[in-house]
Amino acid sequence: MKYEYRTPLSIARGLGSSKDGLGHWWMQRLTSIALVPLVLWFVVSIIALAGQDRGHVLTWLQSPIHGVVLSLFLITALYHANLGLQAIFEDYIQARWLQLSSRIAADFAAVFLGFAGVFALLRLAIGG
Amino acid sequence: MPMTTHERPLSPHLQIYKVELPMLLSGLHRITGIALSVGSILLVAWISSAVYSAEAFASMNRFLGGYIGQFVLFGWTFSLIYHSVSGVRHLIWDTGRLLEVRQIYSSSKIVLTIAIVLTLLAWILAGGFPGGGA
Repeated sequence: MKYEYRTPLSIARGLGSSKDGLGHWWMQRLTSIALVPLVLWFVVSIIALAGQDRGHVLTWLQSPIHGVVLSLFLITALYHANLGLQAIFEDYIQARWLQLSSRIAADFAAVFLGFAGVFALLRLAIGG
Repeated sequence: MPMTTHERPLSPHLQIYKVELPMLLSGLHRITGIALSVGSILLVAWISSAVYSAEAFASMNRFLGGYIGQFVLFGWTFSLIYHSVSGVRHLIWDTGRLLEVRQIYSSSKIVLTIAIVLTLLAWILAGGFPGGGA
């Protein structure tokens, strides 16, 4: 015999669960864990770079290890920020159209910033 | 058939509670998260300016060295460090630890202290005090 745990009203409304809530939760934790060492590395690096001239900064950015880790930091941070912003929009914006527009704008901004940052680093690494 | 939802009593709102440290820090976690999201624009602008043009990098540094720039940078440093330290506490909470009320209060003080100390330390090490040499 198959048991149905949902109430008849819940089935009739057909709203289901929060859809991709678990994925959101999991990715937020995964990016958090990755960001712990990345932020440490980033803060130490920025302290070392503070007040340096452009030549020094470029030499630093050009190093493969710095370029790769900085790209990872940027992408992971943007992904994490996007998940956080989504939760904030869902919590504080009532109007569905505005909530959705905000999410779309945040998505576009995150993708743009990620591509712009990584492109600049690649341009520097490959030269041109 | 229209489905009517009955008017239900609302739960007590923010202003009904006494303001406590854990509650302030919870709000601060979100606020610093928003600040960092906006701040990511600054990071990409800084990288791009360094890569593409000497003039852009110079004007970027002029901005960051000014009063507004230093204020933004200090807020950005604190946001990054606070959100990270507070985030680690969230990860610990996710394992089911430190969830007793007493522990929430004591860890709140620890999180805030560590964040302030590390922020000041980062600025001292970077030579950001006083006058802003960067």
